[in-house]
Amino acid sequence: MVPHTLRRVMFRRPRAAGAAAAPIETRAALPSEEKGAEPGLEISPNDPIVPYFQSAPGAVELRSLELHSPALEQMRAQGITMVVPLVTQGELIGLLNLGPRLSDQEYSPDDRRLLESLAAQVAPAVKVGQLVREQEAEVRARERIEQELEVARLIQQNFLPKELPELDGWRVAAYYRPARTVGGDFYDFIELPEGRIGLVVGDVTDKGVPAAMVMAATRSVLRAAAQRLLEPGTVLERINETLCSEIPPNMFVTCLYGVLDPGTGRLRYANAGHNLPIVESGGEVSELRATGMPLGLLPGMSYEEKEAVIAPGSSVLLYSDGLTEAHDPGREMFGTPRVRQLLAHGAVADELISDLLADLDRFTGAEAEQEDDITLVALARAGGAQELRPVLSFSVASAEGNEREAMRRVGDAAAAAGVDATRLERLKTAVAEATMNAMEHGNRYDPELPVEIAVARSDTVLSVRITDRGGARDIPQAEAPDIEAKLAGEQSPRGWGLYLIENMVDEVRADGDGDRHTLELITHLKGHGEGR
Amino acid sequence: MSQTTLEATTTRTDAGATIALSGDIDGSARQALDAAYAEVGDGDAVLLDFSRVQYINSTGIALIVGVLARARAQSRPVTACGLSEHYREIFEITRLSDFMTILADGPVPSADNGGRQ
Repeated sequence: MVPHTLRRVMFRRPRAAGAAAAPIETRAALPSEEKGAEPGLEISPNDPIVPYFQSAPGAVELRSLELHSPALEQMRAQGITMVVPLVTQGELIGLLNLGPRLSDQEYSPDDRRLLESLAAQVAPAVKVGQLVREQEAEVRARERIEQELEVARLIQQNFLPKELPELDGWRVAAYYRPARTVGGDFYDFIELPEGRIGLVVGDVTDKGVPAAMVMAATRSVLRAAAQRLLEPGTVLERINETLCSEIPPNMFVTCLYGVLDPGTGRLRYANAGHNLPIVESGGEVSELRATGMPLGLLPGMSYEEKEAVIAPGSSVLLYSDGLTEAHDPGREMFGTPRVRQLLAHGAVADELISDLLADLDRFTGAEAEQEDDITLVALARAGGAQELRPVLSFSVASAEGNEREAMRRVGDAAAAAGVDATRLERLKTAVAEATMNAMEHGNRYDPELPVEIAVARSDTVLSVRITDRGGARDIPQAEAPDIEAKLAGEQSPRGWGLYLIENMVDEVRADGDGDRHTLELITHLKGHGEGR
Repeated sequence: MSQTTLEATTTRTDAGATIALSGDIDGSARQALDAAYAEVGDGDAVLLDFSRVQYINSTGIALIVGVLARARAQSRPVTACGLSEHYREIFEITRLSDFMTILADGPVPSADNGGRQ
């Protein structure tokens, strides 16, 4: 018994469960080298032969079959006389198709039994093969997507500024965090004649490589136009004309472009449908409004141009909708009011960005996947009431008793700055304790190692920074010491320093690097902040 | 502020012992405090007079906790007087004030009215 033809037919099922109306793609799957050598076999999903084969108890002789089936006719035309359905777990996954025996005799009951037992063994093996192939295809598809995302990420990173501009009297901070799928956010700082600087924040609709390409193109056009044209509105008009003819009709770009004169704080800006920048000035926040259509939608657009002045002590935040449109687990949006609120607290550039991100992470939940790219650019102009001005700096050697000198000198400076008597005594105690900690825990009473003390003040606060050489370390959360345990002799009677410090001033901050550790004590000046 | 080593003088009356403190209560005050406390007689109530103390630091607080612990073990009442407003606040923050009577400012009382409650 030599089968004339042995052919596998694969049945593909639609991906979505319950999509019964969708046509089942059923086609002959042949090894590539056999393609063309054998005729293919198309079985329509609603061909009555499918349920027939699926429920057939064994080999089926086509000759005796009476069905109105196009597939049956096709098979007969191809010379197939017997079919052994490959069924596993009730699913028809293939067919063994046989032509007439070479001897022209009928298939014997033994032949049939042999074929049926062969089919019973082949069916699960074929099924496993199919599953493996499907999985391999899925892995390949995933890898392709990952690779594409990586390319998009690379393009984007390559076109983001490598460093922040250094502007006299300004603090500048920028932050970009791509979503997993990489959107089309971008930002840029463009050096312009006469010390001015171009500020750009934009967002391309769409994600992945196409968005990254458009972003790169927009950035290049913008940079070129910005060098030639001074008016932000004209710059956006020019980019719009270029993009309209060059990007796909379903894509567009929102973009805020401003020209800042760092000397005067003058900011001329135009906006192509991007999120409105927010300005904070003396605790008041406002949005910089200018109208204009997104770029790349319609040619011949004009862009309103406005001007604002960022006063000393004020700051401005440019951002993308990845920030305001982030959701919490209950699908509530982060929204602009939260951003405005944080700005109203008067946080400065980099601080503002880290505060915003911390707030956002709390809002979305730590586990949440970021929905869209997030871009933040913050500029804070020095000066004004919040700016700290140096008052006094000195150092003391690490030797017992030297905290008194620190206490005396800081006390005199604080009194001169107008710290009231009660706060002055508290501050002196905090300074003494912090200096002792710096000498003991930071410098291990090494007389070669100084403790540096710097006093600065703004219109509202006095800051005392006490720095040792002990390297960055966390200040442990000062808990109220357990006096009962101390009195009962169950605990050392010591351990009051940090607790005192935290209770004696309005705020304690710690920072440091590999070498230095600084504790900053903040005391509100008279009439500011809450009394204890 | 220059450093002034603590002097502690114990005066005993029928009503109890007054330890008059003068100078700074910091790590260097241990000996003086221990010696003064050693002179307190059995059963005496203790009045700590802080009116001539300029500076108390966290190590000094620890020494006062030590004195208080010994007094409590011997069931002696402890009273403090002469504390400045600032150190009175510190005694409150550290809860030392929960374990001793703190007398308001004014003339320093003698042990026989200060040591009793």
